[in-house]
Amino acid sequence: MSATGIGASVRRKEDFRFITGQGQYTDDVTRPGETRAVFVRSPHAHAKIRSIDVSAAKKMPGVIDVLTGAQLATDKIGNLICGWMIHSKDGSPMKMAAHPALASGKVNCVGDAVAVVIAETIAQGKDAAEKVKVDYEVLPAVVDPAKAQAKGAPQIHPDIVNNTIYQWHLGEKKDVDAAFAAAKHVTRLDIVNNRLVPNAMEPRAALADYDAGTDNLTLWNTSQNPHVARLVISAFIGMAPEHKLRVIAPDVGGGFGSKIFIYPEEVVCLWASRKVKRPVKWTSDRSEAFLTDAHGRDHVTHAEMALDANGKILALRAKTIANLGAYMSTFSSSVPTYLYATLLSGQYNIPSIYCEVDAVYTNTAPVDAYRGAGRPEATFVVERLVEVAARQMGIDPADLRRRNFITAFPHQTPVIMAYDAGDYNASLKKALEIADVKGFAKRKREAARHGKLRGLGYSTYIEACGIAPSQAVGSLGAGVGLWESAEVRVNPTGSVEVLTGSHAHGQGHETTFAQLVSERLGIPFENVSIVHGDTDKVQFGMGTYGSRSGAVGMSAIVKALDKIEIKAKKVAAFMLEAAEGDIEFKDGKFTVAGTDKSAAFGDVALNAYIAHKFTGAELEPGLKETSFYDPTNFTFPAGCHICELDVDIETGKVDIVNWTAVDDFGTIINPMIVEGQVHGGIAQGVGQALMEGAVYDKNGQLVTGSMMDYTMPRAHDLPSFHVGLTETKAPSNPLGMKGCGEAGAIASPAAVINAITDAIGTENIAMPATASAVWTALQKSQAPKAA
Amino acid sequence: MAAVSMTVNGKAVTGDVEPRTLLVQFLRENLRLTGTHVGCDTSQCGACIIHIDGIAAKACTTLALQCEGAKITTIEGLAEAGGKLHPMQEAFREHHGLQCGYCTPGMIMSALDIVRRNGNNLDEHTIRDQLDGNICRCTGYHNIVKAIEAGAKAMAK
Repeated sequence: MSATGIGASVRRKEDFRFITGQGQYTDDVTRPGETRAVFVRSPHAHAKIRSIDVSAAKKMPGVIDVLTGAQLATDKIGNLICGWMIHSKDGSPMKMAAHPALASGKVNCVGDAVAVVIAETIAQGKDAAEKVKVDYEVLPAVVDPAKAQAKGAPQIHPDIVNNTIYQWHLGEKKDVDAAFAAAKHVTRLDIVNNRLVPNAMEPRAALADYDAGTDNLTLWNTSQNPHVARLVISAFIGMAPEHKLRVIAPDVGGGFGSKIFIYPEEVVCLWASRKVKRPVKWTSDRSEAFLTDAHGRDHVTHAEMALDANGKILALRAKTIANLGAYMSTFSSSVPTYLYATLLSGQYNIPSIYCEVDAVYTNTAPVDAYRGAGRPEATFVVERLVEVAARQMGIDPADLRRRNFITAFPHQTPVIMAYDAGDYNASLKKALEIADVKGFAKRKREAARHGKLRGLGYSTYIEACGIAPSQAVGSLGAGVGLWESAEVRVNPTGSVEVLTGSHAHGQGHETTFAQLVSERLGIPFENVSIVHGDTDKVQFGMGTYGSRSGAVGMSAIVKALDKIEIKAKKVAAFMLEAAEGDIEFKDGKFTVAGTDKSAAFGDVALNAYIAHKFTGAELEPGLKETSFYDPTNFTFPAGCHICELDVDIETGKVDIVNWTAVDDFGTIINPMIVEGQVHGGIAQGVGQALMEGAVYDKNGQLVTGSMMDYTMPRAHDLPSFHVGLTETKAPSNPLGMKGCGEAGAIASPAAVINAITDAIGTENIAMPATASAVWTALQKSQAPKAA
Repeated sequence: MAAVSMTVNGKAVTGDVEPRTLLVQFLRENLRLTGTHVGCDTSQCGACIIHIDGIAAKACTTLALQCEGAKITTIEGLAEAGGKLHPMQEAFREHHGLQCGYCTPGMIMSALDIVRRNGNNLDEHTIRDQLDGNICRCTGYHNIVKAIEAGAKAMAK
């Protein structure tokens, strides 16, 4: 292994600009003559708009224009769409309601934009926005997904009966029911997977610039997938033909899923820029972000697991109601279906599984993918069921897991997925050692002497990443293919640019992708640049989410590098006057087999461009190759997280004292970066388990609408983590990579709740398990009090 | 509009601003020092932390006019003129104390204030406790804590 090759913890190329304050995030970009957009948003969760009067606002200082939804409709700007078709069990297609970028006629959640002020400065825009008079007729709201389908519940969208988007199912109900009838033991749980606000630290932003001379539109935005944004804004919203729209996602300050989606504000900025013929910028403030970023999770589930007398799992069934909010966001339909129910087999050999999912509209912000997207919800269901079943049957939770682990691959689950590689015993074993589970009983006694109840919780999770084989997801309703593209440009001087359709917003692609290229071509790491996030530069790309950039994005680079090697060998053959078949390439050098003749990579690159050694009839000049890589399967990262914590008997406060994570991500390019991804994921999962929760009151007002009300995990809420690795290669991609971005967020909520319930002796605790919630549960429980 | 003058990163600057202009707006929009970020609107996240007369402050909760005559240091003012990084900046890079980079300037400026208040030998508990005013969504803080501990030690050399 070289100091910068695959497997080395190379320090990141991108860091210099960030630690010196020279990053270029969307709000840092300015255009000459730039104006600012300020949105007028509904203060009501559900209301008819009787009228909008913008006349006073238009007269305010610095105001250029005030635009409303009626004008948007007149200009035939299309609605935002959800791009994944789900069919109900009766075969009917999902019910997608109209989602205009500016509401007209009716608002369906607090924060719904009804008008936009375009002004010289933000302050002037805000002053004018206050002068927009909107006459609302307030309607009753529904916010609880479990109540959205009830008789008499407020109807949110016309013609969408009972606010029901789809009633979907997966698996064989008959088999499952038979298995339950024959089961020795059944564990039942009611689970609420709490609603979360993603809260990437950089708020969303959009800067649109219309060039009247060329009729071109340029959009800078905070996107995880700028090409997909361009495609949707062009093909569905009809803003501009695809070749007249450029989307640039520069440095992006975190995404976690929330920046995958196409949002109203970027559509409005583009439209407004063309109308006022000046650049229009909008930057969300955090309060707007809470109201308008797509939220995550929000499932209500009843789940049951059937086991035989020996603790062998026979079947699992789940009924879930998923809250998709007021409108269907870009990929919202896929999250509680194909990204959720397909993972309900966990790491276990479960013969039959049946899952029903009802997706509903409510008068809340749209809900879509958030780090893990469906897979944390599935893991929570499976890992809580397994843990509780073990306790109820008097079996050690680790042992019950072992008895049910899948050990032979490939393994076809009853819920679509075909696991291709893994060693779940290995990650459990290593985690048990690192966490010193053997010494737990002693530590528990010691903690009790200090008035603490100590608990231990496991989560042996699995996820499907490397999203995804295009034909497979197409058959499940995806509106797009989920391949990735790469272009490798070798310059005449031998340096290399890689243009990738992946998008980095914290993942460190500029470093890891360069490690791959440097090792493969035998050239210095410093001589490789990674270019991403600009539709004018990169041919196409599906972006970064679902832990796909390694398994899919880097595989595309490998394929392009394969082509570079083939072409370079042809050039070298002319240079070295040898047969192409005799050219070998290793460590940056082309050699002729059996001779001492050689040419360095840089010389070959130069010769490819000067083209003096061959004619145009013999070989095309240049050294640039592209590839579109479509994976053949999902990848299946898996592992074991163990949480050890103390509950303060007097206050209910939870203190995590030890966290062990052992993950199998397949091949790892940069261990330092991978560990960082695991840390961050765990923090978000612990946040979900202990402190985060979006709360709407019954009128649909977001009570947790700022960072003063919505508890973000801080440094003192978390411990340092013990991170270990096991490795089985992913057989479906050339590098053997599985993906690491979401594992921590997927694994950790169940580990925390399993540990808390172990400590307090009752299963009856919901997330977030705040001190107050834990204390209340503790008072009701029969747990032996510490001495 | 009102005139304001201050020293930013060693350079005298003046501006003509609305009285309601926040220091962070003045830095970002008037001076184009965009390394200081805005991550919230309730003074919680610390992405906007800068130093006013050597003490950490949140530039989102400070009016530009309050800083009349003050000496301001932002993230852009930390590295030496020749480009040599401050030991705390170097520590964040060495220990992978950043991912998306958005909270990073505030984290580094806050870290320096932790060192000012607590000295160069910092333990994990002190760092985690004193980092209360900064939120990071990417790193889980693990490597930020390591970076600050190492950076503080390096500053003593």
